[in-house]
Amino acid sequence: MITFLSHVIKGVNLGSVYAVIALGYTMVYGIAKMLNFAHGDVIMVGAYVAFCIMYYLGINPVIGIFGAVIACTILGMLIERLAYKPLRQATSLAVLITAIGMSYFLQNMAQLIWTSNPKSFPSILPDSPIVLYENGAQQLTMTPINILTIVSCIVIMIALTLFISKTKIGKAMRCVSEDKGAAELMGINVNLTISITFAIGSALAAIAGVLLCSSGYANLSPTTGSMPGIKAFTAAVFGGIGSIPGAMLGGILLGLIEILGKAYVSNELADAFVFAVLIVVLLVKPTGLLGKKVHEKV
Amino acid sequence: MSLLKIDNIHVYYGAIHAIKGVSFEVNEGEIVTLIGANGAGKSTTLNTVSGLIKPRSGNVLFEDKSLLKVHTSKVVSHGMALCPEGRRIFQQMTVKENLEMGGYTRPDKEIPDSIEEMFTRFPRLKEREKQIAGTLSGGEQQMLAMARALMSKPKLLMLDEPSMGLAPILVEQIFEIIKELHEAGVTILLVEQNAQMALSIADRAYVLETGKISMSGNADELLHNDAVQKAYLGS
Repeated sequence: MITFLSHVIKGVNLGSVYAVIALGYTMVYGIAKMLNFAHGDVIMVGAYVAFCIMYYLGINPVIGIFGAVIACTILGMLIERLAYKPLRQATSLAVLITAIGMSYFLQNMAQLIWTSNPKSFPSILPDSPIVLYENGAQQLTMTPINILTIVSCIVIMIALTLFISKTKIGKAMRCVSEDKGAAELMGINVNLTISITFAIGSALAAIAGVLLCSSGYANLSPTTGSMPGIKAFTAAVFGGIGSIPGAMLGGILLGLIEILGKAYVSNELADAFVFAVLIVVLLVKPTGLLGKKVHEKV
Repeated sequence: MSLLKIDNIHVYYGAIHAIKGVSFEVNEGEIVTLIGANGAGKSTTLNTVSGLIKPRSGNVLFEDKSLLKVHTSKVVSHGMALCPEGRRIFQQMTVKENLEMGGYTRPDKEIPDSIEEMFTRFPRLKEREKQIAGTLSGGEQQMLAMARALMSKPKLLMLDEPSMGLAPILVEQIFEIIKELHEAGVTILLVEQNAQMALSIADRAYVLETGKISMSGNADELLHNDAVQKAYLGS
């Protein structure tokens, strides 16, 4: 039982990281209507920036995360401005291919700057586990980074939901998501709104990158972001792409399935298991778990 | 003085020459209507005026200022609002949020009062305040689209096919509202396929035919003009 629970904690932790990445994916998809496949690589850049600040400059992790967030926000807006904005009127396939290209571009740039040798990420919090429950020799423990990851995921989701539903910019984003032309007629600057969306998504990617590497799920290398990126995309589709609670739910479920699959089914097949679940969910509910089917009256 | 002046605009969709040198003007306090068959270029003309489409040549002047270099999202703050064809309300937002978005360019503190004004003018919207706009009936959606456009306090309100897809009784209601708005001092540019209704409330009218203005004059005269009657009034 205790072993099971500790797997659950691990799963929720990994799932929370996926959820934060998936929130970025789903925001950009929901508002700009494009799949930003370079999102995973923004995570990697964020982790590297934090790594450099903490390891080479020896400054504390808070500044490291802060620096990563700023760097990724700028990077995200630059990517949008240089690669995607000129394609606003192009077919979605052209944008998709550009995004894949951007993903490789970022990976190769990282390889050039930081080489392909994996770096071990310094932990941002003390590793001493907190004992939740003890039964003879067995202990159920949580590390501070587990707690930080799960809490920040929940906080981010709530903050995003409030931002989208209550603030003026958030509402403008929903307008742009529905009808860019009508949004412009209202006086909403569509380009600026999309740019802000990318900024937020990329800032989340930076946080996710630091959490991913310091939870010990990955060593830092130029391809660190690609697999979590794909899985987070899966999570976003799984939960219903465009839906913020859906991304969160999808992310956490995916993390749980992955860790429990690794523990009880097969270490090698865990990833296959994750995607098999996605296929089944999409067959039964094509809009994802929380995806809404929009009924429109004309 | 003319509030809006369209000067010899040419609009292309790729190779298709959709608007071939259209000129007209709307004076302050008037209801002007553009009538014409499907594909004559009525909506294209309105979309050009509101900046959604840029003309290849010609000029659009609002209060003697050219709007050609003005970004679409800034046009509304010059004092004109378009209530687009097919309404294009934000289906997944509530009625109230739609109205808030209509007042996007205005100071936040003025918005609640304006929303109240709209609710007085359109009591049905008040009843539906918290409802998702996509669930409204066609007539209610049209009212919402008009109210949303009015939220920007426009000097010129452009209405694109407000009667489209509505039952005759609702069409009467919508036109009644247009008359009331006009009496309240809003200048109106109305695009309609329902030429009978449009001509009956308008001061002046222009007839568009395949991208050109084929006739213009007082609405009354056009209503009784033989050619117009044959082509658009079915008698």
